[in-house]
Amino acid sequence: MPEIAAPAIIKPRRPHILARMFRALRLPMNDPFAVAGLLIYLVFIVVAVFADQIATHDPTEILYTPAYDLAADLRPGEDGFIMGTTSLGRDIFSQLVYGSRSALLIGITAAFMVALIGSVIGLVAGYFGRWVDAILMRLADIAFGIPFLPFVIVLAAFLKPSIWNVVIAMALVLWRDTARVIRSQVLTLRTRGYVEAARVAGSSDFKIILRHIAPNILPLSFLYGSIAIGWAILTEASISFLGFGDPNSISWGYMLQDAFASQALAKQAYYWFVPPGICIILVVSAGFFITRGYENILFPKLSR
Amino acid sequence: MSEPLLSVRDPLLSVRDLRVSYQVGRNFVHAVDGASFDIPRGSITGLVGESGCGKTTIARALTRVIAENAAITGGQILFDGKDLAKIPEKEMNALRWRDIAFIPQSAMNSLDPVYTVEYQLDEVLRRRGGLNRKQSRARSEELFEMVGIDANRLNDYPHQFSGGMRQRVAIALALALDPKLIIADEPVTALDVIVQRQILDQLKELQTRLGVSVILVTHDISVVAYICDRTVVMYAGKVAESGTMQAALTAPSHPYTMGLRNAFPDLQGAASGILTPIEGAPPNLASPPAGCRFKPRCPFALDICGTEPPVIEVAPDHPVLCHRAHESAALRIESAKTETWMAPA
Amino acid sequence: MNPATEKTVTKKPAVLVSVFDAKLHYAVGGAFAAMRGKSTVVKAVDGVSFDIRRGESVGLLGESGCGKTSMGRLLLKLEEKTGGTIHFDGEEIGAVRGSGLKKFRSKAQLIFQNPFDAINPRFTIRRTLSEPLENAAIPRREREGRIITALELVKLPEPAQFLDRYPHQLSGGQLQRVVMARALILQPEFVVADEPVSMLDVSVRAGVLNVFRDVRDRLGLTAIYISHDLALVRYVCERTIVMYLGRIMEDGPTEDIVREPLHPYTKALVAAVPVPNPDQSHDPLPIGRGAPDPRNPPSGCVFRDRCPAAHARCASEIPLPKPVGTRTVACHLY
Repeated sequence: MPEIAAPAIIKPRRPHILARMFRALRLPMNDPFAVAGLLIYLVFIVVAVFADQIATHDPTEILYTPAYDLAADLRPGEDGFIMGTTSLGRDIFSQLVYGSRSALLIGITAAFMVALIGSVIGLVAGYFGRWVDAILMRLADIAFGIPFLPFVIVLAAFLKPSIWNVVIAMALVLWRDTARVIRSQVLTLRTRGYVEAARVAGSSDFKIILRHIAPNILPLSFLYGSIAIGWAILTEASISFLGFGDPNSISWGYMLQDAFASQALAKQAYYWFVPPGICIILVVSAGFFITRGYENILFPKLSR
Repeated sequence: MSEPLLSVRDPLLSVRDLRVSYQVGRNFVHAVDGASFDIPRGSITGLVGESGCGKTTIARALTRVIAENAAITGGQILFDGKDLAKIPEKEMNALRWRDIAFIPQSAMNSLDPVYTVEYQLDEVLRRRGGLNRKQSRARSEELFEMVGIDANRLNDYPHQFSGGMRQRVAIALALALDPKLIIADEPVTALDVIVQRQILDQLKELQTRLGVSVILVTHDISVVAYICDRTVVMYAGKVAESGTMQAALTAPSHPYTMGLRNAFPDLQGAASGILTPIEGAPPNLASPPAGCRFKPRCPFALDICGTEPPVIEVAPDHPVLCHRAHESAALRIESAKTETWMAPA
Repeated sequence: MNPATEKTVTKKPAVLVSVFDAKLHYAVGGAFAAMRGKSTVVKAVDGVSFDIRRGESVGLLGESGCGKTSMGRLLLKLEEKTGGTIHFDGEEIGAVRGSGLKKFRSKAQLIFQNPFDAINPRFTIRRTLSEPLENAAIPRREREGRIITALELVKLPEPAQFLDRYPHQLSGGQLQRVVMARALILQPEFVVADEPVSMLDVSVRAGVLNVFRDVRDRLGLTAIYISHDLALVRYVCERTIVMYLGRIMEDGPTEDIVREPLHPYTKALVAAVPVPNPDQSHDPLPIGRGAPDPRNPPSGCVFRDRCPAAHARCASEIPLPKPVGTRTVACHLY
C-alpha cells in the first residue's frame, strides 16, 4: 500500500474519558481573543472560589471606622478600605469580590441550563422529525414571542425575589435559540451516511444520538452556552438595577443599583459604580471572545 | 527534463513544462509537475486521469483561474503567439471567454438562480461582446438553437431546467463569444448515461460545425473513446502519455494507461471478462515517490524506475513518460494478463 | 461454512425476498397545498413486484429519479412503504419491530455509495466495526477476531494495522472495503449495494467489484446491486431489473438484456452506455430529449413522452408486465 507509509503498529492507549471530553469541547486555543476570554474567566473563577480569603470584610456588614463612626462614603484607601465604602458603610472591594461569585454562579448555571435544555430539545426534534419536531418547534416559536426582560420581572413578582429567577427565566425562554440551531445541525447530520449505517447496523435511536450525533453538536452547545453566560449576567444586572433583584445577595447589578439610589454620581463616587461596571463588561465580553473562537472553529469560512 | 518531441504542426495551444503548485500550510504540493502537450486546431482533446492527478488544475491554469493558494511556478502556455503564463492579468482577462472559454465542473449548478437564463446570456453578450440589446437577443436565440433548446425557454429561470438542460445552457454561455478554445471540466460526469450521450453528441456536432477546439477534462476513458480525437493521460501531476485517441486506446504505451484499460468494464466485451484493478492508490503529491511516480503500482517497474523517467516517442506524435517505453509492445501483451497485475513489483 | 449453509438452503423456500405491488408515495408542497388538494404526490416507487431467489444477484438499473435507490431502501426497511407487501424470508417486514427488527437488521445489510461519508470520521476502524457486533450482543472477547476475519474477507492486507486508524488515513478503495466488512460482519443473508464504486477512482473500482463478487460467492449471499451503469451491473449480476419513474420496464437475465433489449427504454439505455473502444456506434439514441419529471409523469405508460414507438394506447393504458421469453416486459409492443 504505497499511499500510506505504514508505521510500526502502535496501539495507542485510549485517552482518559476526561481527556476525551476535554478534546470534544474543542476549546478554541488558537484564537488570541478566545484565549484572552478564557484567561479573564479563569481570573474571575479564582476570585469567586476564594472570595472568602480575598475579601477583606463581610460584604453585607455595616462597618465602622476605628473612630467608631459609620464608615459611610469613604474614599478608596481611607481607613484601610481598599476601594472605599458605600453610603451604608459597606466595603466596596468585598462586594466586588463576592459579586463575581453570584455573577459566575448565575452565568454558569444559566448557561448550563440553556445549553442542556436547548441541546436535548434540538437533538430530539431534529432526529425524530415529524410531529415531535412540529410540537417542539412551535413551542420554540412561542418562546421567541416572549419578551425576555418583562418575563423575568413578572417571574420575580410571582416568586420571591431571588437570583435564581434569572436562571429559571433563561432556562424557560432562551433554550429556543440553542434548540433551533442544534436542530438544523442535526437535520443535516441525520442524513450523513454513517448515521444511516449505524441504523442498518442495528443501533438504537438513543445510541445513534449519543454516539454519532451529539459529539458533533457539542461545540455548538458550548457556543450557545457561552453566549448565555453573558446574557445571564447582563440580565441579572438589569433586574437588580431595576430593583427586582434579591436584596440579600450581593451582585454587581445590586451594587450599581445601590450606587444609583445613593446618588453616587452626584457624590462623584466613581470608585463605587465604575468597578462593577467594568467587571460586568469584562466577564460578558470574555464570554463573547470565547464565542468568537468557537465560531472560527465551527464556521471557518466566516473568519475570511 | 528533456523537451518532449511533439509533432503537431501549428498547434492552437502549446503547453511546455507547465508547473503549478499549491501551498498547503508550510508545504508545497506540485499538482502539475512539468506537463507538456499540444492542442491542434479544430480537435477535441481528452485530458484524462484520476482525482488528484492535476487535470483540473491544468484546465484552470490555462485560463489562469486558479485557487488563491496556487501559482504557476514554471513553463509556458503558448496560445496565438502569446505566453499565457506570463502576460499581464489585464490582457489575460481580455482573452478569457472571448478566445478561451472555461466551463467549470458542475457549471450547470453555477447559473445564478435569481436571474433568467437570457439575462445571464445578455450580460455576457453585451458587456463582454459589445452587442446591443437587439443583437444580443438574436444571438441568444441562435445559441439556444445551437445547443438544442427551444428559444422560448430563454426567459426561464435555471431551476426550471433539468440538469442536462442546464449543462446545455452552460455550453451556450461558453460559446457566446465564439471562442477558439473551450475547456470543459467534467461536463457530463453528474449526468445520466442517456443525457450524457446526448450532450456529448451535441458537443461533437458543434465542435465540427464551428471548428472550435475543445479540451475535455474527464476521468472516464469511455467518454474519451466516444468523442475525442486526441488524449492526454495524466498521472500524479505528470503527463504519462499523449497522442491520438486511437493510439492511446489501441496501443497504450504507458503501464498506467494499459492498467486503466483492464480496469474498465466494457459492454461490448465478453461477459466472462474479469476486471483487473491497479493495486494501491495514487501517491500523495505532497511527498511523491522518487523517480517514476507510477513505480509503486507498476508491475513492470525496474530499479531504473527509481530515477526520473525520460519522454520517449514510441511513434510519431506519441510521447510516453516511461523508462521502458521502447518495450511497450511487449509490455502491452503482458498487461492484458490478469496475473500481471496481481503482485506489483 | 459452505457445506453447512448449502444443507440448510435446500430446506428453506427458494425465494428470499418477495415484493408485491410495492409503493412509496410522498406528498410535496406543504400542509396548505394538501388541504386544498393541490399537493403533488411523487411516486418514487409505484407498484413494483418481483421475487429474488436465494443466492441470486439482481441489478436494479435506471437513471436518477427512477426509484432504484428508494426501492433498495424499502427492501431494507429504511423507508416505510406506502402500499403493497414486502416479504423477507417469508415474513412481511412492514410490521417488524423491536427484537424482530434487530434480527432483520443483522440479516439484511447495506453497502453505501459514498465510503467517505459512511464511516464516522471520529471513530477508528475498530470502533466502526464493533458497532454491529455490540448490537448483536457478541461478547467483547470475540469481537476483535470477528473484525479481523471480516477485514480479511474483503482482502484488506494485514488487517490488524488498520484497526486503530481513522477514516481519513485510508484511501477510498480501502474505506469501501471497510464499509463492506461492516455489512458482512454479522454474516447477513441479503445485501443491498447502492452504487458502491461510483465515488471511487477508476483504477481501484475493479478491485472493489472483484471483492464484492468473491464475497458474494463465498458466503452464498443474495444481493441487489443498484446502479445507473449497465456495464457494472453486467459484471456483478446475472439478472437485471430496469426501472423508469418508479416502475419496472424490463426484468430478465442481464446477458439477454445487453444482447437484445426489448423495452424501448432499455434499448436507449443499452445504446447510451459508453464503451472504452475507439470503434463504436455514434448513431443518435432512439429516445426523445428531455428528462423524466417524477412530479409530473405522463398518463398511461410513464415512458411514452420519450418513446419513439409510442402510440395512442400508451397514453390511455398503463402497460402491465408481460412474460416475453426469459423476461418480463411492461410495454404495449409485446
